[in-house]
Amino acid sequence: MPQPVITARKLTKKYGDFTAVDGIDFDVAPGESFGLLGPNGAGKSTTMRMVGAVSTRTAGDLEILGLDPNDHGPDIRSQLGVVPQQDNLDQELRVRDNLLVYGRYFGLPRAVVAERADALLEFAQLADRTKAKVDDLSGGMKRRLTIARALINEPRILLLDEPTTGLDPQARHILWDRLFRLKEQGTTLVLTTHYMDEAEQLCDRLVVVDKGRIMAEGSPAALIREYSSREVLEVRFGSDRNAEAAAKLQGVGERLEVLPDRILVYSANGEAELERITQLGLHPITSLVRRSSLEDVFLRLTGRSLIE
Amino acid sequence: MTAASAAASAPLTRQRSALYAGNTGAVIRRGLLATRSTNYLVVLSGFFEPVFYLLSLGIGFGALVGSVQTSTGQEVPYAAFIAPALLAVSAMNGAVYDSTWNVFFKLNYSKLYQGMLTTSLGPLDVALGEIFLALLRGAMYAVGFMVVMQLFGLNLAWTALLALPAVLLIAFGFASLGMAITSYMKTFQQIEWVTFIMLPMFLFSATFYPISVYPEPIQWVIQALPLWHGVELVRGLTTGALSGMMLVHVGYYLVMIAIGIVFTTNRLRALFLR
Repeated sequence: MPQPVITARKLTKKYGDFTAVDGIDFDVAPGESFGLLGPNGAGKSTTMRMVGAVSTRTAGDLEILGLDPNDHGPDIRSQLGVVPQQDNLDQELRVRDNLLVYGRYFGLPRAVVAERADALLEFAQLADRTKAKVDDLSGGMKRRLTIARALINEPRILLLDEPTTGLDPQARHILWDRLFRLKEQGTTLVLTTHYMDEAEQLCDRLVVVDKGRIMAEGSPAALIREYSSREVLEVRFGSDRNAEAAAKLQGVGERLEVLPDRILVYSANGEAELERITQLGLHPITSLVRRSSLEDVFLRLTGRSLIE
Repeated sequence: MTAASAAASAPLTRQRSALYAGNTGAVIRRGLLATRSTNYLVVLSGFFEPVFYLLSLGIGFGALVGSVQTSTGQEVPYAAFIAPALLAVSAMNGAVYDSTWNVFFKLNYSKLYQGMLTTSLGPLDVALGEIFLALLRGAMYAVGFMVVMQLFGLNLAWTALLALPAVLLIAFGFASLGMAITSYMKTFQQIEWVTFIMLPMFLFSATFYPISVYPEPIQWVIQALPLWHGVELVRGLTTGALSGMMLVHVGYYLVMIAIGIVFTTNRLRALFLR
């Protein structure tokens, strides 16, 4: 692995008695797309804030672009692009002015910022909205503008905290497409998400975090291979018969996961398991065979769903 | 990569400290650009308040009062007595409106400062820039008010010209302290407290009558508050009665400015860079 752009060792953040991040280790290589996957409250945002040099760690070591954020906060921030969880665009400024003003915060010359702003508005598919008020933009447009703004200083690392949370499916796909292009151009992306499809689409490698700790690390495919089966059979018997059916299903598939509303049967061949269930005399109301996802990995690792 | 080589390869044009990037100008330019979308009627209302006081009390009520003795023993017409006080008040009003309501909104709702501090700006850049903008509003009110005073013939001496830098100092002091106090506030109700304190300070700081009407202990309280120092300083300048006490007034504001900047900077750092 080439010299990492981010190195965290035993990275810890405590707020009083509460430990938000509990001694995590990870590296991010240049050009890599790295994800932190976990439920709300797992410590993802806190980790992002420490990497963004706007939050000081309680213990452990952290190096970003070879610098310690405790000593070089502004130097590090000048080379990062930050897309926060909640948009904090400047409501009092119009679309293009948001980019111009933000670029000037980095001390960049006016002409440089103006040139980059036009290119970024093009990239963010907002070239026809340059004079619009921020308030008049849709949620997806605001996010794209926030991403464009984060790129104005040509950052070496782009930090995205839940980039598509709250967006409708179409807006998410547009955003993923833009982020994928950045990734192709070699921008290092670090993102948090609680959507497994997002992690699968965008991340070369990810860590699964829960309660401030890293539960597993690897590429999406490797994690699925390691912690889940190839296929999953989902069967529903109705909520009152669920537990009863689960008892009879013991031994079916490689592993069972009993959820309040359905039973997940992990197996290399879902159809074959469904046949066995029918032979046992059980008749699920609905059944579905699908490929394993990171959701299953998370369920396996923590016993809980990602989105509750 | 060592820290030194990384710093050298970074596109840095000037030395940055954790507190200050030397880029206050970017914060100020943002503020000026943002005022384009401001509702000017609201901005102007703060200017007219002292003008109305001058018209009703100075011109109207002043006809009944005749002349008043200043703290330096000079007899001046009533309108010329209260006009410099109202000038100090207009500088205070502009600075305080901006550094309380507007700053509170940017701090807690629009997340402006949070966004600024994810860039290479430091908390001191943000504090200085925002204080300057509040100062600017106070200065605009005050300059407008000075024009009104000139029209009514209430600037009695050439030293009235020095009242301009004096009101800048006063606006700076209130902007700085105002932003520091606002940065500790959690709710809009708490800003009402500021308004609640400002009203009696406005009425009782030797604004409409000499401080000598009070018993001595009350005088001490008034003299501890910032507006009295501003009123005395400006009154001395517009009436042409210079005194050594003016240095004390100036010193009071310099301390106020320094305290405000230190607390604002530390508070911004504590809020957004912890």
